[in-house]
Amino acid sequence: MSKVEFSPDTLALAQRIIKRYPEGRQKSALLPLLHVAQAEFDGWLSPETMDYVASLLNIKPIEVYEVASFYTMYNLKPVGKCLIEVCQTGPCWLRGADDIVEHFEKKLGIKVGETTADGMFTLKTVECLGSCGTAPMLQCGADYYENLTTEKVDTLIEKLRASDNRSTYMKSNMQEL
Amino acid sequence: MGRQILLEHINVPGINTFDVYRKHGGYASVEKALKTMTPDEVTEEVKKSGLRGRGGAGFPAGMKWSFLDRKSEKPRYLVCNADESEPGTFKDRYLMEKIPHVLIEGMITSSYALGAKTSYIYVRGEYMYIIRILEQAIEEAYAKGFLGKNILGTDYSLDLYVQPGGGAYICGEETALLESLEGKRGNPRLKPPFPAVAGLYASPTVVNNVETIATVCAIVNMGGDEYAKIGIGKSTGTKLISASGHINKPGVYEIELGLPVEEFIYSDQYCGGIWKGRKMKAVVAGGSSVPILPTELILKTAKGEPRLMSYESLSDGGFVSGTMLGSGGFIVMDETACIVRNLWTFTRFYHHESCGQCSPCREGTGWMEKVLHRLEHGHGHEGDIDLLVDVAKKIEGNTICPLGDAAAWPVASAIRHFREEFEYHVRYPEKVKNPKHFELEPFVPAAAAMATV
Ligand SMILES: Cc1cc2nc3c(=O)[nH]c(=O)nc-3n(C[C@H](O)[C@H](O)[C@H](O)COP(=O)(O)O)c2cc1C
Ligand code: SF4
Ligand code: FES
Repeated sequence: MSKVEFSPDTLALAQRIIKRYPEGRQKSALLPLLHVAQAEFDGWLSPETMDYVASLLNIKPIEVYEVASFYTMYNLKPVGKCLIEVCQTGPCWLRGADDIVEHFEKKLGIKVGETTADGMFTLKTVECLGSCGTAPMLQCGADYYENLTTEKVDTLIEKLRASDNRSTYMKSNMQEL
Repeated sequence: MGRQILLEHINVPGINTFDVYRKHGGYASVEKALKTMTPDEVTEEVKKSGLRGRGGAGFPAGMKWSFLDRKSEKPRYLVCNADESEPGTFKDRYLMEKIPHVLIEGMITSSYALGAKTSYIYVRGEYMYIIRILEQAIEEAYAKGFLGKNILGTDYSLDLYVQPGGGAYICGEETALLESLEGKRGNPRLKPPFPAVAGLYASPTVVNNVETIATVCAIVNMGGDEYAKIGIGKSTGTKLISASGHINKPGVYEIELGLPVEEFIYSDQYCGGIWKGRKMKAVVAGGSSVPILPTELILKTAKGEPRLMSYESLSDGGFVSGTMLGSGGFIVMDETACIVRNLWTFTRFYHHESCGQCSPCREGTGWMEKVLHRLEHGHGHEGDIDLLVDVAKKIEGNTICPLGDAAAWPVASAIRHFREEFEYHVRYPEKVKNPKHFELEPFVPAAAAMATV
């Protein structure tokens, strides 16, 4: 396995983030750095990645593990190139979120929680993303796709397949649907 | 449209940029405060304005500011709560996306009042694109001399940073937010000590919602007394309402507090009435945590007075026949909506988001979720309804933070006002197995009662 290490640019970004906090409070950089690390290393946090982040902040690895496992945005297992997160809470459900999830399952041939065999898509349901006025909606990487219909889902799947970019919370692939 | 304070310039092209925002009176409150007022004078105006926290609890902002320990030798902090994760709430996102500088301006003016030299905006991690927008706005403000050393040539200096969360509703609770900002799990702290004494890094800290902080700009500009004239009684000013669900025009609306609920729902200026020509069944008026009310009680109080969009009017009748303004997340349900299914999604949410520190919350939300799941999927038992009431009662008031209450109230109120619908689920398991059961055959209380006989 190759050594886990940020590229020089990412390392510079990490150092800038660490400077946002007072002397001795560098642990505050943990959540932002985990987002950066997840974007840098294939959309998930391996134990090696977490150990590396711990070394950057001079904290114990366990301090990273306990945080990474608390927050839902950190993936502790590999995910598909496009992580599709469909909101399923009340306001989205009222406007048809269930139909959207069902359509994804049918189109991708997987159930919620699974990844397609080609490693392209992981389907997940999540709780309210603060977009209830444009429900139903989903998040893929940094992008919100709103006012969804089954037709829009078809278009989105095609677009994502064609772009072949890994979706990450740090980078936007947003294109008009 | 009523009085617009926060969203007055929302439709001006380029209002998201520093220059256009500035041209429309932006950053005036920073100039006025830093050059002509002492920090205490700014706090005094906020007190006079009667502004109440817009994050959900409605605590008077000026009073909170006056509790800040100013004698401590430690640095003081202002932390903006932009965690916005209460289902039904999306107003902060709208404001930050469209007019990011109003939050930056509010942060500068408020930080000055509180004597903070470093301030943070904690944004839920899912709003990553909003974080980009804010960071860009902050960069502009630094470049124009509104942030950094010696702002506008005064001896006041401030650094402002944006902090992403990691996807946890509980981090909206202010002490959990501070834990998270310190790089830890979002476990709420036992209070006291309150953040005003020992908050971020055990230093005196004020935590305020995005909308609260943004409103400070207008208060400083017009004066607290002038602001207090807007609104009704102790509900001063305007409020951003996030409207969602079965209405014709979902979205964010700025209303003057005191607007009749009926006008808000049916007027074309706001929600534009119920979609598909249907009738309204129920409303959750202040985000998923507040009690649900049936149509009769949301439009009129139990005394028969028109219900108004204000802290007092919405809570008229207490939890027996009233609700709360909360975060302003206004969720409307039409006659085909299933109260049980909607509640199940809320309870699943609270179970998922419980931090797990207190057994009543951790276990109780799990129980309620399980029982609601089986009711909704046609496996309910006689006695499940009373079981839910019992579990909700045991959570309420027995936890470290208010998430426990927030999980219990929706359950208790849904059963109080819609018990027959729960009974229907026990009685007709085959019918409710179809997730769209009430779309196929709207629930009619009288018919359910007939069927019992
Ligand atoms: C479980 C829970 C979640 C909360 N979420 C938020 C939130 O997302 N945004 C917010 O401003 N306040 C939230 N609050 C309220 C905060 O604890 C705090 O009262 C508020 O940020 C104070 O700001 P304000 O006085 O300006 O409203 C939440 C409270 C609880 C108990
Ligand atoms: S009430 Fe729930 S969320 Fe709040 S501290 Fe207790 S377990 Fe955590
Ligand atoms: S319920 Fe889906 S975004 Fe709020």
